[in-house]
Amino acid sequence: MNSLIASSFTATFAVGLVLIFGIMQVINFAHGELYMVGAFSTWFLYSENGVPFFVAIVLAILITAAIGFLMERALFRPMRGNQFGGLIVSIGMLFILQTLAVYLFGQGLMKNITPYFKTSWHVFGIESVTVAHSRLFVFAIAVIILGAFWLFLRRTRLGWAMRACAQNPEAAALQGISISKISILAMVISAAMAGAGGAVMAQLVRITPQMGHSVIVTALIVMIVGGVGSLEGALIASVVYSFFHTFITTYIGGEVATIWGLVLMLTVLVIKPTGIMGDRESV
Amino acid sequence: MSNSARLKLAGILAVLAVLCILPSIVRPYQLDVLIFLFINIILVVSYRMIAITGEFSLAHAVIMGVGAYTSALLPFSPWITLPLGGAAAAGIAYILSFPLFRMKGFYFLIGSFAAAEAIRLIWVQFNNPFGGFRGLRRIPALELDLGDFLYIDFGAPVPYYFFALVVGIVCLVIMYRIEHSRFGFVFHAVHHRDMLAQSVGVDARRYRTIAFVTASFFAGIAGAMVAHYITAINPGLFGLPRMLNVLVWVLVGGLGSFAGPVIGVTVLSIADESFRGFQELRPAIYGLTLIVTMLFLPDGLVSLPSKIMGWVNRLRNREASGVPKRE
Repeated sequence: MNSLIASSFTATFAVGLVLIFGIMQVINFAHGELYMVGAFSTWFLYSENGVPFFVAIVLAILITAAIGFLMERALFRPMRGNQFGGLIVSIGMLFILQTLAVYLFGQGLMKNITPYFKTSWHVFGIESVTVAHSRLFVFAIAVIILGAFWLFLRRTRLGWAMRACAQNPEAAALQGISISKISILAMVISAAMAGAGGAVMAQLVRITPQMGHSVIVTALIVMIVGGVGSLEGALIASVVYSFFHTFITTYIGGEVATIWGLVLMLTVLVIKPTGIMGDRESV
Repeated sequence: MSNSARLKLAGILAVLAVLCILPSIVRPYQLDVLIFLFINIILVVSYRMIAITGEFSLAHAVIMGVGAYTSALLPFSPWITLPLGGAAAAGIAYILSFPLFRMKGFYFLIGSFAAAEAIRLIWVQFNNPFGGFRGLRRIPALELDLGDFLYIDFGAPVPYYFFALVVGIVCLVIMYRIEHSRFGFVFHAVHHRDMLAQSVGVDARRYRTIAFVTASFFAGIAGAMVAHYITAINPGLFGLPRMLNVLVWVLVGGLGSFAGPVIGVTVLSIADESFRGFQELRPAIYGLTLIVTMLFLPDGLVSLPSKIMGWVNRLRNREASGVPKRE
C-alpha cells in the first residue's frame, strides 16, 4: 500500500519533468525545488497563518505555477534550442529558490504540519493493517491530477496541440500552433503538478529547503528508466520503481535502495538508452 | 620570443611574485581561502579537459572524493598516498568510462550523475571503512621530517600554502602542456568535428576516455590535498552542491580558453569572500551569476574584454559614420 502511494506521488512528479522535456527539450533541475516551494507554502499558510487546509493547497499550487510561468519567460525561452543552456539556468534557479527558502523560513527548524486527517483506515477492516487518511489523500489527489491531465491531453484541442509540439515542433508551428504558448502552458502545468505534490506531501515528510534533492534523483531515475519523453513510460516506471524501492528499503535500507535504483538506471542507459517505452518519443 | 608572449610571461611572473609574498600580508583565514582556491583551480582546469572533448560530466566532484578517500584510508605516509589518490581516481574513472562513453550529450550527463551518486551513497552506506555519514576523521597531515636537518609541518597554513601553490603550478603546467600537445588538438577535434575526426582514423571514444581519465587523476590529487589539509572528510563534501559549484566556476569563467576556468574560480571565490556578511544568500548570488552569464555572456568572463571592445568599436563607428540611431 505504501508503495502504491509512493508510486502515485512519484508519477505526478516525474510526469511534470517528462512533460517539460518533451515540449522544450530541457531537463528542469529546479523541479525538486518547485516541490519544495509547494510544501513550504502549504506549511506557511496552513500551520503558521491558519489558512484552511484546502485553500492553502490551492494557493500553494498557484504560487508554484506562477514561478513556473516566470521561469519559462525569463529563463527557458532565451535558451530554446540549447539543451545544455536550459539545464544550466535551471541549476541557477535551483540555487536561488533553495536560498530563498532558507532565507525566508530558516534552515534548521523542524517544520511539521499537524496532519489534517487524524483518523486512519483499517484496510478491509483488519485491525493491524492501517493506512493514515493523509496518505490516502495523497493517493487520491495524485490520481485525480494524473487523470485530469490524461483527459486534457487526449480530449481537448490544447492537449492535442501539446502532443503535436512534442512530436514535431516545426510541423506544429506550421499548423498555427504557437510553440511559445504551449511551452508556457507546459511549464505552468508541470510546476503546478510539482507544487501539488509538495503541498499534499507536506504533512507526511519533514519540510527542509533541501527536500527537493532526493525527489529529483528519484524522478530522474524514473524518467530514464521509463524512456525520455514518454509519459506512459514514466507512469509504468514510477510504479515499478516505487515497489522496488519500498521493498528494498523495508528489508535492507534506504541508501542501498537508491544505489540499486541508480545502478538500474545506468544499466538501462547502457543497454537501451531510450528506456522501456522510448521507441515512441511522444508525450 | 614574440612581444606578446614576453608580456604574458612577465604577467605570470608578476602574479607568482605576488603569490609568494601574499602569506606575509593576508590574515590567516584568508590564507585558508587561498589554499582552497589553488585546490579548486586544479579541479576546474581538469574539469575543462573533459569539457573540451564535448561532454559535460556530473561525476567530477565524486571523482575528487575518490582521491580524498583513497589517500585518507591508505596506511602509508601522505607523501605516497597523495599521488595514489590521483591514481585511484583515474582508475575509477577508467572503470566508469566503459558504461559512460556508450552515451553522449544529455545521456552522458545523467549517466555520470547516476554513477557518481551511487559511489557517494556507497560511502554513506558503509561505515567500515568509509565512516558512513560522518565520514573520516584524524587524517594525518603532511609533514616533512629529515631528522635534525629539516622539519616542516604542512598542517600549518603557511607551509601548506606554498605546498598547494607548488602542486597547483605543477598540475597547471602539465595540463597546459597536454592541451597544447597532439592529444589536446585531438580533444578539440573530437568535440567540434566528431565525424570528421573519426573518418580520418581518430578513435573518438578512446580520446574521450583518455581526457576523462587524465582529468580524473588531477581531480583525485585535488581531493587528496583537501583531505590532508582539513584532516576530516565526509560524503557531503563531494555531493551535488560541490559539483554544481565547479560547473558554475567553469561556465562563468568561460570554457573557450585555458585561463577561463581559472579566472572564473578566482573571481567568484573572491566575490564569495566579500559576501561573507550575507552567509545565507551566497548560493542565490551564485545562481544569479550563473543565469546572468548564460543569458548575456555565453562565452564567460574571458570574453568580457573583447565584448566590451566590440561595443566600444560599434559606438565609435556609429559616431564616425553618422549612422542614425535605430529608434
